[in-house]
Amino acid sequence: MKNLKFLILGIIFGIVLTKSEVISWFRIQEMFRFESIHMYGIIGLAIIIGAISIQLIKKYKLKTFYGEGITFEHKPVHKGAIYGGLIFGCGWALTGACPGPLFALVGNGYSIILVSLLSALFGTWVYGYYQNKLPH
Amino acid sequence: MLELIKQPWPWYISGPIIGLMVPLSLFIANKTFGISSSLRHICAACMPGNIEFFKYNWKKEIWSLFFVGGVLLGGVLTNKFLSNEARIHITDSTKQELSALGISDFTSYIPVEIFSWNNLFSMQGVFFIIIGGFMVGFGARWAGGCTSGHAISGLSNFRLVSLIAVLGFFAGGLFITHLIFPVIF
Repeated sequence: MKNLKFLILGIIFGIVLTKSEVISWFRIQEMFRFESIHMYGIIGLAIIIGAISIQLIKKYKLKTFYGEGITFEHKPVHKGAIYGGLIFGCGWALTGACPGPLFALVGNGYSIILVSLLSALFGTWVYGYYQNKLPH
Repeated sequence: MLELIKQPWPWYISGPIIGLMVPLSLFIANKTFGISSSLRHICAACMPGNIEFFKYNWKKEIWSLFFVGGVLLGGVLTNKFLSNEARIHITDSTKQELSALGISDFTSYIPVEIFSWNNLFSMQGVFFIIIGGFMVGFGARWAGGCTSGHAISGLSNFRLVSLIAVLGFFAGGLFITHLIFPVIF
């Protein structure tokens, strides 16, 4: 049941990513060339709504729909955020897609993006393989 | 109404809906909204290969696979029922700069001249399609999240590590766009 809710949430996310053209390689280019407010507006407003929600959840100690407490994991600063971040950014500009849009693009019928998605899976696997040797 | 939905959605409508993913994931199951960890769970499920990083009970994280399955399905549904035009809106200046690099087809979500099966094993195809994808997966995991986990969930929660990661995302993207594109095109 919980999983079905996540499926529905995913469908909504996939629809918004497509209709807002976040999945467009060209929109990502506009962003990295600072030539349109489009992506900045989307990410900025998403953060504002997310931040207000989290503040409300913390302030009023809101619970899940099932009455469980909502917790926030502590995520310490680590060097991987810089190295990994830089590499991710390079990939974002090349494919024009972060992981969510990769799935949505495949859904939109761009079968070639399956190759990028498999490469991303392989990249994840290679990270796991070398994790202990990488600085964090 | 349906006609209106079929138009591309402006950023001030889409942004807040995406932002609502953060509280909804929390309210549904106390989960932090994020996409790239699904790739780790798929690795753990399909090819754990005796690697420490993939030794955990991925079945407990199956919600994340339902979520990305939904994202894919959302793409299918939009494509079938909620689209009325293929033309992608793009600023003229970006169009001109990309034209100068040799892109002429602006009708799809992706530049089909680069992203096609025919082009897959050309130098350009390997770079954009294969290496690009690899860097997305590898980088996201090393950074501990992608645009959703770090930029949206993390910054919403005022996390310093997410701010560092997002600055990294942009630095990497600017480097490729402004310094590498002129070379590989």
